[in-house]
Amino acid sequence: MAKSNKPIVWGLFAAGGTITAFLLPVVVLLTLFAALGMTPGLFTYEYLQAFAANWLGKLVIFGFIFLSLWHAAHRLRITMHDFGIRHDLWVATAVYALAALGTLMTFFYLLRI
Amino acid sequence: MSSRPYIREISKTGWFYGQPRYLRYMAREVTCIFIFAYTFLLIWALRALANGPEAYQAFLDALNSPLGILFNLAVLVGVVYHSISWFSLTPQAMPLQRGEEFVPGNIIIGAHYGGWAVVSLIVLFLGV
Amino acid sequence: MSERQIQLEVLRYNPETDREPRLQTYSVPCLNEWVVLDALNYVKDNLDTTLSYRWSCHMAVCGSCGMMINGEPKLACKAFIREYADQIRVEPLANFPIERDLVTSVEDFIAKLASVKPYLIPKEDKSISAGEFKQTPAELKKYKQYTLCINCMLCYAACPQYGLVPEFLGPAAIALAHRYNQDSRDGGRDQRQEVIASHEGVWECSFVGACSEVCPKHVDPAGALQQVKIASTIDWYKEHLMPWVKK
Repeated sequence: MAKSNKPIVWGLFAAGGTITAFLLPVVVLLTLFAALGMTPGLFTYEYLQAFAANWLGKLVIFGFIFLSLWHAAHRLRITMHDFGIRHDLWVATAVYALAALGTLMTFFYLLRI
Repeated sequence: MSSRPYIREISKTGWFYGQPRYLRYMAREVTCIFIFAYTFLLIWALRALANGPEAYQAFLDALNSPLGILFNLAVLVGVVYHSISWFSLTPQAMPLQRGEEFVPGNIIIGAHYGGWAVVSLIVLFLGV
Repeated sequence: MSERQIQLEVLRYNPETDREPRLQTYSVPCLNEWVVLDALNYVKDNLDTTLSYRWSCHMAVCGSCGMMINGEPKLACKAFIREYADQIRVEPLANFPIERDLVTSVEDFIAKLASVKPYLIPKEDKSISAGEFKQTPAELKKYKQYTLCINCMLCYAACPQYGLVPEFLGPAAIALAHRYNQDSRDGGRDQRQEVIASHEGVWECSFVGACSEVCPKHVDPAGALQQVKIASTIDWYKEHLMPWVKK
């Protein structure tokens, strides 16, 4: 029985789970306000652009999205297994590819701001 | 040793139906779909942001719709359930031994809720 | 003396004559303070001597009488009749092969317990003359709760991952490894990691937490498993990012 390599993603899963647990609800609340037509300050173009323009803002945004992506991806891998979709290699590849795509997109969009 | 042991098959797709304990677990797990989808919403926002004020306004306009409201509400419910379940499990995963005794789980969970409230209020105050 | 007539619906299986298990109902006059085990004993003594089941201590310390009672893994000696309605369904422990009636095969479980090296592996060899291993009360408390496991297998019956993936080491075995890993006298963690940190080891667990909910001795195997995951993750990063650090 070889030692598994799951620790790589599990570490990200755990970190992402903690970050999303503390921060995501309030952020979703803010976008909910935006969806209701009462766009909060953070999500106005001027404020968000200024926030994302400086390197610290970029780091915060990247870290937040990166951890959320990999937390969700790993949990989705397990959830697929729980729902009976048992081809773990295919599922893992799909979810991690999606997370990697999101990571790259975040990286490149942040660079352009 | 039995001459012919009987193995009871378990449904790989339906093992959790009708069992409250397992249903709660699946509900917790399924929150990841909401989080995954929402993260891509944020990425979409970043893209719009990078493309300039008109593109970003188009994003805000798309968000300001019945679908946008429903989506955010659904994600909010999912994400809150994620937070509640995550906090309740923390004492089991990270027990704190102070001296001989362990810090009671309720205190650890309570501290998490406290931190959650503080962080949320700060972001809310700064972000609104 | 209050008495209630209980309909005990028991899953029977005779490997020599049955193709499949079948339900058989017994009408049992139960005293209010009885447990399901008492009802089963009444059946065996008075109604049907062929009914087979394991039991011993009748006080929730031996771990023999684990079974599914109304679909929930419980010790039959700890399932109080007064907590149930007049119809009680008794089945053998889930996720295990049925040998006969309520008796399941425990071989897989025993093999898994043995595979985690559940004994003290001292950090250094110490001769008898060097004296005993000393341990502070705090060091004892660190692993004490994991010593309380009575090997009743309720956690395996509750664990859906064990049900779906029978190769999974399972809650009790990994909690037992954790018991030794946490013991200050022990230095054998690396040896156990080969088994624990494999795919069929702790990584099959998805923290459903059902194991801890059904554990009659409050061992909290789910907690043990998460702690093992965290320790294994830190190990992995140390091994791969800082291979020069001797363990």
